[in-house]
Amino acid sequence: MGSKIWAIARKDIQMYYFKGPVVIFGVLFPLFLFLAFYIGRNLPAAFLIPGLVAMTIFFTSTSVSPVIMPWETQMRTLERLISCPVTVRTLIVGDILASFIFGTCISAVPVAVGVALGVSVKSPVILAIAVILAAFCFSALGLLFSAPPTSLVSNIMMLSTFVKFPVIFISGIFIPVDQMPGWGVAVASLSPLTYFTDLARYAIQGYAYYPLYADFAALFVYAALFLFLAVRLHERALPKRF
Amino acid sequence: MDAIEVKDLSKSFEGLKAVDSVSFSVHTSEIFGFLGPNGAGKTTTVRMLTGVIKPDSGEARVMGRDIESETKRVKEVLGVLPETANAYPDLTAWGNLMLIASLYGIPRREGERRATTLLKEFGIYERRSSKVKGFSKGMKQRLMLSMALVSDPEVLFLDEPTSGLDVQSARAIRQRIKELQEESKTVFLTSHNMQEVGELCDRVGIINKGKMVTVDSPEHLRTRIGGSVAVEVRLDRAVDLSRLDFKVERAGDTYRIYTTEPHDVIRAIVGFATLNGLKILSLNVQPPSLEDVFVKLTGGSNGQ
Ligand SMILES: Nc1ncnc2c1ncn2[C@@H]1O[C@H](COP(=O)(O)OP(=O)(O)O)[C@@H](O)[C@H]1O
Ligand SMILES: [Mg+2]
Repeated sequence: MGSKIWAIARKDIQMYYFKGPVVIFGVLFPLFLFLAFYIGRNLPAAFLIPGLVAMTIFFTSTSVSPVIMPWETQMRTLERLISCPVTVRTLIVGDILASFIFGTCISAVPVAVGVALGVSVKSPVILAIAVILAAFCFSALGLLFSAPPTSLVSNIMMLSTFVKFPVIFISGIFIPVDQMPGWGVAVASLSPLTYFTDLARYAIQGYAYYPLYADFAALFVYAALFLFLAVRLHERALPKRF
Repeated sequence: MDAIEVKDLSKSFEGLKAVDSVSFSVHTSEIFGFLGPNGAGKTTTVRMLTGVIKPDSGEARVMGRDIESETKRVKEVLGVLPETANAYPDLTAWGNLMLIASLYGIPRREGERRATTLLKEFGIYERRSSKVKGFSKGMKQRLMLSMALVSDPEVLFLDEPTSGLDVQSARAIRQRIKELQEESKTVFLTSHNMQEVGELCDRVGIINKGKMVTVDSPEHLRTRIGGSVAVEVRLDRAVDLSRLDFKVERAGDTYRIYTTEPHDVIRAIVGFATLNGLKILSLNVQPPSLEDVFVKLTGGSNGQ
């Protein structure tokens, strides 16, 4: 089981890490968004870095996983894959793993940038656990985007951008949750990214809006929900892919 | 126990009965040909038997394992060469084989040993480190067959393995299919190519519009269609053979007469030649080709 998951993940890494949409939506997009937000505003690095880490982990973790299924539908590689003795669950977990590794590795970059700028990480263990949980959660979310059995990568990317963009603005990255009006807090509490941002602020700035256990619990529940839904939806969609 | 047992298997797509209550069985170590025009339901049948799609009704077993309740155990014993599937273009030939080997749970060392053997056997070992996207169609198909064989499966499903290939690749694949039988493997082969099926298969199932028409050996099939044979004769001069009371077809210098009574035809031809001072250059009796059988049983639509 473990070695099969790893075989799938390794295939994904070799096939998809360097695909155009992955690089554009996973690396360049968050970078430009951040620069657009940052340039011309005089904000302290300790405030910016948690937001940058949150944006990076959200975009990178959701950039690999949605590409895989439509691309494989188009290239007709899926039928051979699922004629092997593997379950849809194994496929999904392998895809999540590839996306997870991408997300965690690239998220280390803004953390390193922060440290280089003199920002200190007060709770590295909390940050590490939060990154791991969030990368898994968002990778699974990415697989939800690719549940419609289409072969058009561009359609899936459009769909996922429609969902991802608003999420960035309601998750306490640009405006911290404690400065939001009541309805804003209500909306923010629906977004899993809010809880990661909160944890990142705790680990770097030293304070959080929610209790830590609530942040972790929320991320965990979302991760489990996304994983469950991804397996269910892809099990149903797979026979329609060839 | 038969290697494959199929009973009343059906599958519809949006009301179209792609496979309609099909039943047959394939003996262990036999090469079974599955013949039918385009859209007959061959690929759909293969997909159901290999656990890729679920049947609407009916049941089937592969090596005694139920395709619905034991899908994963079915997949463990079979190797598949799907009709329209591709290897990963951005992986190397070697990478593709090792991926499949890991998915069958084959230990790495053993997988590497088998991959080496297979790639050498199919003449792509030198290209093992090249990405598959640069391969010709024939090379890709030889790689796909290697991928089907790397798990050393007991049953192989090959869906039109030689269709559209260059002569050499097609021959290499046919040769390998023959060898599989010597290794006591069971092969389920779908094909358009009558000659290929006639040459390779122990028995042939003919499917048309989702329904099984017949299952028999190629020899029996040939003799079964009304027992009609073709008498072919070449004479030293062009003559009007239609004076004989038979329906005569002419192809080049050869006259062909289809009949169920070759004895009468031959006597009449010999009598006619003697009477008219003609010299018989050759005279032989051809059993009907598999193609004749196929056209007759499926109502003439070969789909090629
Ligand atoms: N996924 C599908 N969706 C809709 N129709 C399908 C699908 N797969 C096959 N069919 C239809 O089912 C029939 C049988 O197809 P197929 O099994 O591919 O035939 P064959 O392999 O003998 O050419 C055809 O009419 C085809 O159009
Ligand atoms: Mg077909």
